[in-house]
Amino acid sequence: MSWLKNWTWPTRLRDKGIIGMNRRNIRYIGRYNSRRLYPLVDDKLKTKLLAQQYGITTPELIGTVTTQFGVKHIGAMLTGHTGFVIKPAKGSGGKGILVIEKVEDNAFIKPSGAKLSLTDIERHVSNILSGLYSLGGSPDVAVIETLINFDESLMDYTYEGVPDIRVIVFKGYPVMAMMRLSTAASDGKANLHQGAVGVGLNIATGAALRAVQFDRPCFSHPDTGHDLASLVVPQWETLLNLAAGCYEMTGLGYLGTDMVLDRKYGPMLLELNARPGLAIQMTNGEGLRRRLDLVERQPDGVPAKQRVAFAQHHFARQSELVDSEPVESSDTASTGA
Amino acid sequence: MSRLMFYIIVVLLLVAGVATSVHRHVQFEIPWLPGEQRQVWEIEAGINFNAQGGPVQVDLALPSHQAGYRVLTENTASSGYGLAYQADELGRTARWTIREAVGSQALYYSVQMLVSQDARSPVQTPPEVPVTTPWESPYDTAASQLIEQAWARSANNATFARELIRDINGERQEENARLLLSQENPAALVVRLLNQAGVQAREVSGLLLEDGRRRQTLSSWIQVFDESGEEWSIFHPLTGEQGKPDNLLLWETGGRAVLEVQGGTNSRVTFSMMTHDQPASAAVRNHYSEDTLLNFSIHSLPLEEQALFQTILLIPIGALMVVFLRVLVGIKTSGTFMPVLIALAFIQTTLPTGLIGFLLIVAIGLIIRNYLSYLNLLLVARVSAVIITVIAIISIFTVLAYRMGLSAGLTITFFPMIILAWTIERMSILWEEEGPKQVLIQGGGSLITAILAYLAMNNPWVRHITFNFLGVQLILMALILLLGNYTGYRLLELRRFKPITDDEKPS
Repeated sequence: MSWLKNWTWPTRLRDKGIIGMNRRNIRYIGRYNSRRLYPLVDDKLKTKLLAQQYGITTPELIGTVTTQFGVKHIGAMLTGHTGFVIKPAKGSGGKGILVIEKVEDNAFIKPSGAKLSLTDIERHVSNILSGLYSLGGSPDVAVIETLINFDESLMDYTYEGVPDIRVIVFKGYPVMAMMRLSTAASDGKANLHQGAVGVGLNIATGAALRAVQFDRPCFSHPDTGHDLASLVVPQWETLLNLAAGCYEMTGLGYLGTDMVLDRKYGPMLLELNARPGLAIQMTNGEGLRRRLDLVERQPDGVPAKQRVAFAQHHFARQSELVDSEPVESSDTASTGA
Repeated sequence: MSRLMFYIIVVLLLVAGVATSVHRHVQFEIPWLPGEQRQVWEIEAGINFNAQGGPVQVDLALPSHQAGYRVLTENTASSGYGLAYQADELGRTARWTIREAVGSQALYYSVQMLVSQDARSPVQTPPEVPVTTPWESPYDTAASQLIEQAWARSANNATFARELIRDINGERQEENARLLLSQENPAALVVRLLNQAGVQAREVSGLLLEDGRRRQTLSSWIQVFDESGEEWSIFHPLTGEQGKPDNLLLWETGGRAVLEVQGGTNSRVTFSMMTHDQPASAAVRNHYSEDTLLNFSIHSLPLEEQALFQTILLIPIGALMVVFLRVLVGIKTSGTFMPVLIALAFIQTTLPTGLIGFLLIVAIGLIIRNYLSYLNLLLVARVSAVIITVIAIISIFTVLAYRMGLSAGLTITFFPMIILAWTIERMSILWEEEGPKQVLIQGGGSLITAILAYLAMNNPWVRHITFNFLGVQLILMALILLLGNYTGYRLLELRRFKPITDDEKPS
């Protein structure tokens, strides 16, 4: 019977309000995300241009490469930029994203310290163009944007990579949020299934609730050893408003917004996801079901500010990482910043 | 409202699928189980004679469809002889001919007869009552007395025949009968007397089927038509028993000779027979020679197309397996329906060979693909290069297997090469991006799905059902629609989300 201890009963998951893949696909994505809107989020270039239109801040665009012929000119395009990110416009699941932290003596250095030559960069861009990372292998466009100088207050919580914040926005309401901290295991990428640490965030305050790595709970960052209980995302309300605004921007009812905190510009939209994963439930230790049901009962046409306030009021929670005291002091500090 | 429509469609599909399947089962007697056996008799007729050095012509009467038996296949063995099958209203014959033959000759004819309850005998035209050659004295009085006695005790042709046979051969045998039997053999005598009384009757030859018997000869039976000339029955010439025994195969029903040999002497024909049980599906196939448009069935196609459809009709089973494993279990596969194609290849190669072949090709392909990634190629060119690599690997393995005498290795060519090339490409990228663990998870998931799909598709019952009941496709469709509507948890999610439920215990 020992092997059974890793398994649970469907009734217990249902009691917890956990949403499974099938339910997410049929009940939420199928119902609230119109197929014709997908290109807006599946193409990162389109998302970026649309975001600029709606006044949503995104990382600065260095340039795009659309033809194999253009690959030769990438060296010229990159001169003068110390850190940049190359990504396929239609990539999925973080595939094909190349992060270059700095350039030294014609060598491009990844956050892990690995050095790449210009040829390697060209090959990567060429691969992107031929559709290696895109959905269905269709030809793609390489998007090059500036590397984010992420907020120092979060420096201790991450290893080699940019920590990003995922907010699930349902019908314009931010329903659940988590922060993804890259680790050595995840090779500087903030993908949970690759070994990044996921930290559930209190929607009310942006403070850490709970942390997991590989779907199992943890309490400190595995590489930096930093205690995760003290993690509070600064400028939390701005970030929530930014995320909530993506509903009007795209029209997608069930949306995953990936945000980052830049030192200079504050919260920025990195990308959108029309099929956000379910791991956020693990990081929050809570199912999405109740929150989604509550939002479904709300009327349409509520402005973003009110939606954020509603979410902060109804989805507030106690941290599981701190033993007893509520994190009131840091809460006010973060919202005031 | 759309939900209601959905369930109506599902129910309609289910009802239509079940109804057509049951209809085929009832109407065409197609069994539900492939294991159901049908009895088949293999009968061989051996003809022996001494040829006299000139042209030879041999005519052998052949059996036809009849009550209880159906002709499945027939073969002849006769070196040097010309052969023609002929058929007229009196029955079928085989005619062997040769210009010159000397010495002892042997010709063989073998036939497979299916025991079939619903087989009907063809309509037979009753023979004209021949003008009987008058008996000489004193036989004429004996004959007319016998006829009169039997006639008085009977009501119709059948009872008349029975009484006559009893008078001649039974306990009531009298002087008259004994006198006549000195002139004719019993069966011929009965027929002659019946004809004399104006009853349509003839002597037919039949074979009593007994498993494993050799050197059997045909026995004589008497076929008596009723007054209308439409119905007939068979009588045993000695006991007068009416009705055909179940194990009697009527070989010749036209009242002609069974064997006629011109240009030979000492001719005789003997029969050997054996019975065996054959899977119903194989035996059933021959039922469909008289297919109509209404009886819409794959079996009306030529054999080659039938074999093709046998595979095509299995694909929905594989698809159902994939849907089941992905939606209900949550197994990750590389490429949605790649496992089905691999499973189809497994059917050709058998599972162990297929597994070894698949792993070998993918492993070697991954190594070579790893080198190709250094060449900095465009995607389409690289995948094409991988395709050529896969073909090379397959060719080398086939040649090696042949040289080493492993015939199983030759079946490796059944693998879909383009699919394999894409699998290798995807696995290779997965390896680079997410490490070998993900390759094992997705590759393993694909293989498990392929094996399960193979086991489902290779199951004899599943093959029998999908091939013989097209309605099953509608049921599969309904099942897949239902699965596509399932919003519950996947099996593996019960493990994935387990840590969340743990938290409740301490608090």
